Amino acid sequence: MTVYDFYLFDRNGNCLYYAEWNRRKQPGISKEEEFKLMYGMIFSIKSFINRISPKDVHDGFLNFKTSKYKLHFYETPSGLKFIMNTDLNVGNIRDVLQQIFSSIYVEYVVKNPLTELGEPVTSELFRSKLDEFVKGLPFFGTRASS
Amino acid sequence: MSRQTARGGDPRKVNGELFTLTYGALVAQLMKDYENDEEVNKQLEKMGYNIGVRIIEDFLARANSTRCNDFRDVAEQISKVAFKMYLGVTPVVSNWSPAADEFSLLLENNPLTDFVELPEGHDALIYSNILCGVLKGALEMIQMDVDVKFVQDQLKGDNITEIRLKFIKRLEDAVPVGED
Repeated sequence: MTVYDFYLFDRNGNCLYYAEWNRRKQPGISKEEEFKLMYGMIFSIKSFINRISPKDVHDGFLNFKTSKYKLHFYETPSGLKFIMNTDLNVGNIRDVLQQIFSSIYVEYVVKNPLTELGEPVTSELFRSKLDEFVKGLPFFGTRASS
Repeated sequence: MSRQTARGGDPRKVNGELFTLTYGALVAQLMKDYENDEEVNKQLEKMGYNIGVRIIEDFLARANSTRCNDFRDVAEQISKVAFKMYLGVTPVVSNWSPAADEFSLLLENNPLTDFVELPEGHDALIYSNILCGVLKGALEMIQMDVDVKFVQDQLKGDNITEIRLKFIKRLEDAVPVGED
């Protein structure tokens, strides 16, 4: 099991942070374009799910799988969107994304008076804490045969 | 803050009196700098707003609450969770408007004003106006446009301190470029 990459968007669709770990194939488009694509898709899936759901949606959209990867999604009520791509064997990691929010983003970005909210995160401390956290996840592992 | 009991030995706690006095010093300095009550009110609200847009994330991280279904939920969360968490008091929610889009928070004891007496000639000063800004900023981050103001203040001789919140509209998520 492994983690491929991580995206953080604010509620206006700006990509605040991106990191990758075991992502071997590059998409062949600029990062900016990739972020736009990702945000656009998340936005559409969200509105699709809200419209199609036969009942009131509470948790909304959690994750989806293709034959190659699984995308996990968590949104805070304030509209921050945490997205993590992993391989297929990873279960529900909503709590992990929530923890990234509460013990990393809030602690090292929101409580840092020097960061401008809504701007990409440049904090080195945030970067290293997130990296450490992700590498310590039980499903981070080393890359198994793909 | 010292009244927060749930988290024993929390390093984030600060002496309540120190907090009150610091806020007092801040307002006093603003009074000196701006020499105009209205302007001070505006500055306090602005500061509060900037606090609000950040504190909401901390609140969400700590309270771990789910999305509110209606404005009554919001009122509950503000009084029972948020005020308790950050100021150690629980204001009473009351005076609902018939349409349930307006309510008041009644504070018997405002921790910001513990040692305060307004000097003569400053009737226009809304000493705790920072709270309005905080509430407005925080609610705006969770897609609610709300009007917040003080309608009664113990500092001005009223029996109780009353903050009135009026729901204006829901703010929608920004649509990405090139989508409808």
